Amino acid sequence: MKIMVAVKRVVDYAVKIRSGVETSNVKMSMNPFCEIALEEALRIKESGRASEVVSVGPAQCADTLRTGLAKGADRAIHVEFPGTLYPLSVAKIFKALVDAEKPGLLLLGKQAIDDDCNRTGQMIAGLLKWPQGTFASKISVVLDEGNKVATVDREVDGGLETLSLDLPVITTDLRLNQPRYATLPNIMKAKSKVIKKLTLQDLNVEIRSDLEVVQVIEPPKRQAGVVLSSV
Amino acid sequence: MKYLTAASRLLRHSSRNLSDLGSNLQFFCSIRPSSSCTSASNSISAHIDAIARLSYPSLRSYERFIQDDCFHRKFTLKNICFGGSGVGILHSLARFQSDGIRTHHRNLASTASIPERNKSFATINSDDISYFNKVLGGRGVVQDEEKLDDANTDWMRKYKGSSKLMLQPRTTQEVSQILDYCNSRCLAVVPQGGNTSLVGGSIPVYDEVIINVGSMNNILSFDKVSGILVCEAGCILENLMSFLDNEGYIMPLDLGAKGSCQIGGNISTNAGGLRLLRYGSLHGSVLGLEVVLANGTVLDMLGTLRKDNTGYDLKHLFIGSEGSLGIVTKVSILTPPKLPSVNLAFLACEDYLSCQKILVEAKTKLGEILSAFEFLDINAMDLVLKQLDGLRDPLPSSKHNFYVLIETTGSMESHDKEKLEAFLAQAIESGLLTDGVVAQDINQASSFWRIREGVPEALLKEGAVYKYDLSLPPEKIYDLVEEMRQRLGTAANVVAYGHLGDGNLHLNISTPQYDDNILAKIEPFVYEWTSKQRGSISAEHGIGLMKANKLHYSNSAETVQVMAAIKKVLDPSGILNPYKVLPTSVLSQS
Repeated sequence: MKIMVAVKRVVDYAVKIRSGVETSNVKMSMNPFCEIALEEALRIKESGRASEVVSVGPAQCADTLRTGLAKGADRAIHVEFPGTLYPLSVAKIFKALVDAEKPGLLLLGKQAIDDDCNRTGQMIAGLLKWPQGTFASKISVVLDEGNKVATVDREVDGGLETLSLDLPVITTDLRLNQPRYATLPNIMKAKSKVIKKLTLQDLNVEIRSDLEVVQVIEPPKRQAGVVLSSV
Repeated sequence: MKYLTAASRLLRHSSRNLSDLGSNLQFFCSIRPSSSCTSASNSISAHIDAIARLSYPSLRSYERFIQDDCFHRKFTLKNICFGGSGVGILHSLARFQSDGIRTHHRNLASTASIPERNKSFATINSDDISYFNKVLGGRGVVQDEEKLDDANTDWMRKYKGSSKLMLQPRTTQEVSQILDYCNSRCLAVVPQGGNTSLVGGSIPVYDEVIINVGSMNNILSFDKVSGILVCEAGCILENLMSFLDNEGYIMPLDLGAKGSCQIGGNISTNAGGLRLLRYGSLHGSVLGLEVVLANGTVLDMLGTLRKDNTGYDLKHLFIGSEGSLGIVTKVSILTPPKLPSVNLAFLACEDYLSCQKILVEAKTKLGEILSAFEFLDINAMDLVLKQLDGLRDPLPSSKHNFYVLIETTGSMESHDKEKLEAFLAQAIESGLLTDGVVAQDINQASSFWRIREGVPEALLKEGAVYKYDLSLPPEKIYDLVEEMRQRLGTAANVVAYGHLGDGNLHLNISTPQYDDNILAKIEPFVYEWTSKQRGSISAEHGIGLMKANKLHYSNSAETVQVMAAIKKVLDPSGILNPYKVLPTSVLSQS
């Protein structure tokens, strides 16, 4: 069974950002939740089948995909698109990819740390009409003939909810696993792995921007406290 | 005969304490000096002497107890001041400060005996306090016991002084007035910054007045074009790093103590750190200093020029002299620009020879982007993983004998990654490396650094540690480690790590408890071995109190004589940081 993992290239989460988020000289890395998704896919693979890494974004994403390959993914697909993409557009692209690649399982991070949208996974599930298990903190996959089921523990406001789903879209949460390091031998091997490049025309997807960013402002600076003489 | 009652209380408690190493008993005993008390003082001393001898029958261990344990046994005797009769034992006892929890962590890292308190130094009186209050306006005079307790104890909790007064000047003028006064009164002083010295250099030995420059923490100017930063000596290194980060620059030095250490102290110790390989030593990056001499003279050498060959470059005397020639009050330092592309690789090697070869390869293949090269051996790695939480082995698949951390810093991510990967590919192919990991994001990079920077902390948690900081020819570094392992056998865990790129070994010998027998096997063998290789017995930590009598291992007698002559010129009364850096024997000759 193929597992498809979506990864996004974002500003490294440990970088201190100043207002106006300049991305020119800042360290970029794989979104931490995407790392967790990739790790989970690799673990499932190590007890089973192939996995692939797909990312959507502008040219520099090749690094992020290389990282994915270095960690152990088998193939990578790079859909080139200069400019920002919002969740609905990403979801449409993934629907096209899933139709082409036919994976059995789709894993994503629950949200990207730059826009915090937390929508892509859910939208893909909607477009594909697949079941979804979001905020997964534990996943176990049974892949017998005739019984392909995933049991997902979700972290919800009221506690933990366990669902049994027919191979769905899963978005991963923080406590699912701890991502592995990319070891040197694997980094070397990854160089020879191929990253397939696709364009939007290849996938027959049309992107229409439904959202317009009006303004990005820093939250107001914290004011000093005031000492009151009495209340 | 009030004091006799107090003294008898002391004696009743003391016999219990001397034999019960785990006790946490504190008792306060105020004995006022009086001319008629000499007979009483003699009898008290005789009593305590007898008790001490009972517990430590052999003379050698008794002396060891008096001199070395004195930093850890806690009998807090306040104000024992026997005017005139110079009771040696009680002088030592008066300095006894122990920590009941850490009674087994005694300082026996150096067998050097602490010199006696210099009799020419005066002691503080109320006139002094009122003068200081006048100069500092009340807020800078600290006599509070808790604060003094902190200021009197060093970071490793190995040494403790008994100063009764800490001053916190805010301006150079105040420092000048304080020193002028102390010089005329012959009051000994200890300059203090972040108090992170690892050789007891920043705390008083006896009752020296602590001059803490921590309140002088303003950044005076920063030139965005040249990267020259001018600031006061009390600025904390990490704060300077944050400030520069905003401007797109970094400090040329980085060390584990950055959250507490101050730039004045860094300069006075000529701190090395993790980035010396790339940015050089402070002798190169410091462009100017403002220093106050022992008699209050302010030396304004605060230039901001890259090149200035006019006369003798005196600032170099103060860089690394550990506060014994003058107090640094302002600093002008050249800061490198912050480069965006930082890569970190955590690598494993089978033997030390490979580590050396990798160093050579890294210097040639990585060239200008190499910014740090550190190593740790398997014992260090095991210790860190055992003692510190939240850390995992980056290469868990197998055990490796040596680990090397290589960092590159450059301006183009793609260029640097290409160079690094080419270098690593070749190293693996030629068998120099057995395995390795490259950090993929800042979080992973910090966890690799945490492993390397966490070794001192892990050692402290493990038990007793004998710590040595040596500069040796790189090919000889591990020979010493292996000899020490042979000498000590199973009695101790010999842990090695350090700045391999600079030829700096941090040799640490970890034992459950401090033990004379083990110490005898270590010293003076380590120093003699280092001396034979023409190495340095203190690569970056400095001399402080710990190695004050060991200078001859790394310096010729003539050199030390000239050092003493310079000290005499700049500080004739010897009030600046006494008992440290230079051996007392040499100073008393001149």
